[in-house]
Amino acid sequence: MSDKEVKNLEEIFEARITRDEKIEPKDWMPEKYRKTHIRQISQHAHSEIVGMLPEGNWISRAPSLRRKVALLAKVQDEAGHGLYLYSACETLGISREELYEQLHTGKAKYSSIFNYPTVSWADMGAIGWLVDGAAIINQVPLCSTSYGPYARAMIRVCKEESFHQRQGFEIMLKLANGTPEQKDMAQDALNRWWWPSLMMLGPTDAESVHTAQSMKWKLKRKTNDELRQQFIDQTVPQADLLGLTIPDSDLKWNEETGHYDFGEINWDEFWQVVKGHGPSNKKRMKDRVGAWDRGAWVRDAAMEYADKKEKRKNDTKKAV
Amino acid sequence: MTNKRTGQSSLPLGEMSAKGGQRGNLYNYIIGIADNSLILGQRLGELCGHGPSLETDIASTNISLDLFGQVRNYFQYAAQVIEDDTVTEDTIAFLRLERQYKNVLLVEQPNTDFGYTIVRQFLFDAYHLLFLRELENSKDATLAAIAKKSIKEVSYHWRFSSDWIRRLGDGTEESHQRVQEAVSDLWMYTDELFHQTDADKAMITQAIGVDTLKLKDTYYKMISEVLEESTLEVPESKYWHKGGKQGIHSEHMGYILSDMQYMQRTYPNMEW
Amino acid sequence: MSKKNWPLWEVFVRSKNGLEHRHFGSLRAADADMAMENARDVYTRRSEGVSIWVVESNNITASNPENNGELFEPAADKVYRHPTFYDLPDEVKHM
Repeated sequence: MSDKEVKNLEEIFEARITRDEKIEPKDWMPEKYRKTHIRQISQHAHSEIVGMLPEGNWISRAPSLRRKVALLAKVQDEAGHGLYLYSACETLGISREELYEQLHTGKAKYSSIFNYPTVSWADMGAIGWLVDGAAIINQVPLCSTSYGPYARAMIRVCKEESFHQRQGFEIMLKLANGTPEQKDMAQDALNRWWWPSLMMLGPTDAESVHTAQSMKWKLKRKTNDELRQQFIDQTVPQADLLGLTIPDSDLKWNEETGHYDFGEINWDEFWQVVKGHGPSNKKRMKDRVGAWDRGAWVRDAAMEYADKKEKRKNDTKKAV
Repeated sequence: MTNKRTGQSSLPLGEMSAKGGQRGNLYNYIIGIADNSLILGQRLGELCGHGPSLETDIASTNISLDLFGQVRNYFQYAAQVIEDDTVTEDTIAFLRLERQYKNVLLVEQPNTDFGYTIVRQFLFDAYHLLFLRELENSKDATLAAIAKKSIKEVSYHWRFSSDWIRRLGDGTEESHQRVQEAVSDLWMYTDELFHQTDADKAMITQAIGVDTLKLKDTYYKMISEVLEESTLEVPESKYWHKGGKQGIHSEHMGYILSDMQYMQRTYPNMEW
Repeated sequence: MSKKNWPLWEVFVRSKNGLEHRHFGSLRAADADMAMENARDVYTRRSEGVSIWVVESNNITASNPENNGELFEPAADKVYRHPTFYDLPDEVKHM
C-alpha cells in the first residue's frame, strides 16, 4: 500500500470514529490504533488480575460469613473482568500468553494502586469505596469507546462492578459506626488509600502523553485532571457522611469554581511506584509469575488429554 | 461457660452435652455436616488469584461460594436449634475452639499443588454427593431442604473435579505422577468420611441422619471407576487416619483457624 | 513454560427460552467439556443463561470487511423487499 493510500484509509477511519461508528476486529485500522488499544486494554486486564491479589489476601480472614462470600464474589468478578478484557485484546491479534509474558517481564504496566499493601480489614472497605469508585469514573465512559470488543467488555464489566463500590462503602459505614477501634481502622485506611486513589487517575494533563490521541479515539472522554476533580467532588461528601476526615489540610470547597480545591499530589511517589519501587510491586509480580509457572504442568496436562481424547475419537471413527 | 475476657459464651457453641438431649444431638449433627463445607470452602478461598488459569480460578471460587452458602444455611439452622439469642451463624463459624470443629481431616489438608487440591475435592465431592442424596430424605424438613438445594451444586463439583482427575491422570507423564502421589497421600483420610459419632447414631435412629456406612461401597466404587478410567492406581492401603470428627485435627488446623478467626479474636464483640 | 496453549472458544448463551443464543464472549479451554464448564462459571454467574453453546474460534469462518461492498451493499437498493415500498390507501390500516 502506498503512503497515499494509507493516508486515505486513515482519513476514512477517523471519519468513521467521528461519526460514532464502531470499529470491529477485522476492519482496517491504523497500526497506531491497534497498538494503543493493545496497550490500554491489556493494561486494564492486567490491573484486574493483579488487583485480585491485595483483596484475595483478606478472603481467609474476612470477619463474617456474609463479608467472606461478598469478598470472594468480588475477587472472582475481577478474574472474570480480566478474562473479558484479555479476550477483547486478543481480537487485535495478540494472544493472552503474549500479554502475560509482557506483564511477567515487567514490559506491561498495571494500575499502580495495587502495589500498596492491604494491612487491615478496613482496606477492603477503602479499596471498594475509593479504588473502585475511581475505577468506575474511568470506566463508564469506556462503554461507548470506539473499539467494539472493548466497549462490549466494558459494558459487562460496569454492570457487574456496580456492587463492588457499594460493598466497600458498606464495610466503611459499618466500621465508622462501630467501636473506637473500628473507627480508627477505617480512618487509618482512608489515610493510606486517599492519595494513591487520586494518583490512580493518572498523571496531570501536562504530563500525560497519550491524552490527545486517546480522546480522538474515544479511549478517553475526559482528561485525567477532570476525572480526578470529579472523583474528589463526589467522594468528599461521602467521607463526611462516614464521619471520616480526608487526609488533606488544603481540601476546601471553592464557591467560585463549584469544586473542591485540594493539596499537592506527591508525584515522585507515583513515578516511584510505576517504576517498580512501590511497597508491594515485587510481591505482586512474584505471586503472578509463580501462579502461572506452577500451573504450567496443569495446562499442559489438559492439552495432552484433549489431544489423546480427540485421537481416540478419530480412531474409533476409522474402526467403524 | 462464659469467657471472661470476651464475655462471649464459647463452649456451648462447640458441642452440646449429652444433657442437651434431642436438641443437642441435632445441633451436633448439623455442625458435623457443616464444618466439612466450612473448612473446604476456606481452603479453596486461599487459592483465589493463584490458580493455573483465570478460568480455573473462577471455577474454584464458585465451588468455594457454593460451600459457604451451604454453611450459612446449616449454621443459621443450628443457631435456631440452640435456642440462644447470642448465637449466630458467625459465632458458630468463628468462635469455637479447635477441638470443637468437627470436620474430617481430609478437608483441612493443604493446597500443596493443583493436583492435591483437585484430589481432595474429588474424594470429598463423591462422598458429599452420596450423602446429600440421602439427606434429602431426612425427616427433618430443614435439613432435607438444604440438601435438596445443595445437591445441584455438588453434582457440578463432582463433575468438575472428576473431569480434572481424568485430565491430570491421563494427561502428561508429569501430571500422572503428581496426581497419583496426591491420591496415594490423601487416600488414608477417606475412611473417616464414614465414621459415625454419637450424634450421628442418634440422628440415624430417628431417620433424620444419613447412615453413612451404607454409602461406603458405592463411594469406593464411584471413585475407583474414575481413577481407573484416568489410568491411576487405586491405592490398596488400609491404614486410615481419623480424629477430625472427634475434634482431634492435624497440625494444619490451627493455622486455618488463626486466619479464619483472626478478626473475631483480635476484635471481640464487634459487628462487621 | 507451557508447550501448547489452550485454544480460544466463543461462547453463546440463551438468556431465557424463547430467545436466541447470543454471543457473550470468549474464553480459553483445552477441550469442549472444559469450555462448557468454563463458560458456565465465567458467563452465567449471575443467572444470565439457560443454555450454552461453545465453539472453538478456529471453526468460525468470518466474512472479510474488505468485501463488504460486494457482500452487503447490493441489498441496499432492493427497497421492494420492505413493506413501506408499497402504496396503499389510508383506509387499509393494518396490512
